[in-house]
Amino acid sequence: MTATLEKTAPGPGSAESGLGAVPSFQVTLRVQRYLPTDAGDLPAGQDVGAPTPGEYRWDEFTLTMHGTDRVLDALHKVKWEHDGSLTFRRSCAHGVCGSDAMRINGRNRLACKTLLKDLDLSKPVVVEPIKGLPVLKDLVVDMEPFFASYREIMPFLVTTGTEPTKERLQSAKERERFDDTTKCILCAACTTSCPVFWTDGQYFGPAAIVNAHRFIFDSRDEGAAQRLEILNDKEGVWRCRTTFNCTEACPRGIEVTKAIQEVKRAMITRTF
Amino acid sequence: MTTIADPKAPRAARPGPGRRSTRGNTELYGWVFMRVSGVLLLILIFTHLWSSLISGEGISQVDFGFVAGKWANPFWQVWDLTMLWLAMIHGTNGMRTIVNDYAEKDSTRLVLKSALYLAFTVVVVLGTLVIFTFDPCPAGAPMDLLPDVCSDLP
Ligand code: HEM
Ligand code: SF4
Ligand code: FES
Repeated sequence: MTATLEKTAPGPGSAESGLGAVPSFQVTLRVQRYLPTDAGDLPAGQDVGAPTPGEYRWDEFTLTMHGTDRVLDALHKVKWEHDGSLTFRRSCAHGVCGSDAMRINGRNRLACKTLLKDLDLSKPVVVEPIKGLPVLKDLVVDMEPFFASYREIMPFLVTTGTEPTKERLQSAKERERFDDTTKCILCAACTTSCPVFWTDGQYFGPAAIVNAHRFIFDSRDEGAAQRLEILNDKEGVWRCRTTFNCTEACPRGIEVTKAIQEVKRAMITRTF
Repeated sequence: MTTIADPKAPRAARPGPGRRSTRGNTELYGWVFMRVSGVLLLILIFTHLWSSLISGEGISQVDFGFVAGKWANPFWQVWDLTMLWLAMIHGTNGMRTIVNDYAEKDSTRLVLKSALYLAFTVVVVLGTLVIFTFDPCPAGAPMDLLPDVCSDLP
């Protein structure tokens, strides 16, 4: 037997993958582009790849990315090195601010929490804006209808009587009751994954109910009855069809459908 | 780089300051009714299927005489009437939900729901009429096709 150093099978495009090095690979990004009709004149140098105003179009970019890169890094690479007119929201880049929810390969996720290596890279990675909200430009949607529903459920502490001089006490058990729904970052991944919301956008949507849940089940809050009244609406919790799309979509792992069911149950026990 | 069909968004926002409030217990009652009637329908439908198709001589027993015999009995009259009404209200309310979920325009909703309620009325009125006015022993019909109860009549 001859002792030959067996060549390891090359990984996905592992051109420079030595020991300890981060493997790199080719990624094709397929991004939905949209330019509003009232876009006006584009700044010089930015009109290179921009779509025609008022039209949708798919753009493909082939990029060399690394094993540690996320979809957000790929979008950055496009914006910084290929087409500066590509428009998307992001702020924290680490799953905290909730600004970069988008539809990646048909699922709502945060671009900053989706590692490229976890996706099927044999096909292009399809990136679209979240559905059901008006698209402003490329991946940026108008979040106002979403926030309007959020504001309607009164997402603030409601109390009566004199304020305590110190903090409002709560047992660990009472805090645990609504712990799950405190994690929401208002990214809209849940609401825009809901088929009921897609139809006419009148449904309050999972996110509004999650944030109502956060106060309804808070022992320090006294606005539960009011919030239940608000959500006991033709466009409220009863439009939920338990499809679980929201639970699947939530990047914070909140059990969204369960929270909605708990609000429904609170309304039923209150009525009967 | 192809132009794709216009997806749902962007869509014009509804006029007015936000959502019109449609608060009330209507949808709550509808939701509870679907579950309560669902449980009742489970019992009603499967007993109905068993008594007609499995018990006794099974499926071969079903003919005019069999149905007439059942409806000569107030117990089965009430049973079938409850089943008819519950299934129709349950099914219609379910279809109403589906219309709300899938129709995008108010005008489409109006048309589909009108057709739905019309179908509901026709089926429920006809069904109720049949259960109560059914004549198990039509005059002049051959005796061997009629249920046993008819031979007791003068
Ligand atoms: C056999 C016993 C039955 C049970 C246990 C049952 C249960 C249910 C429940 C719980 C729902 C509500 C689903 C939701 O809110 O998401 C529903 C919906 C529905 N039911 Fe029934 N049902 C039964 C029989 C029937 C019958 C006989 C009909 C037709 C006349 C019917 C037609 C519908 C329709 C059209 C819907 C709406 C569809 C949907 O919600 O996805 N069901 N059923
Ligand atoms: S519940 Fe989850 S998916 Fe919905 S807005 Fe909050 S963080 Fe986003
Ligand atoms: S950029 Fe802040 S959550 Fe992704």
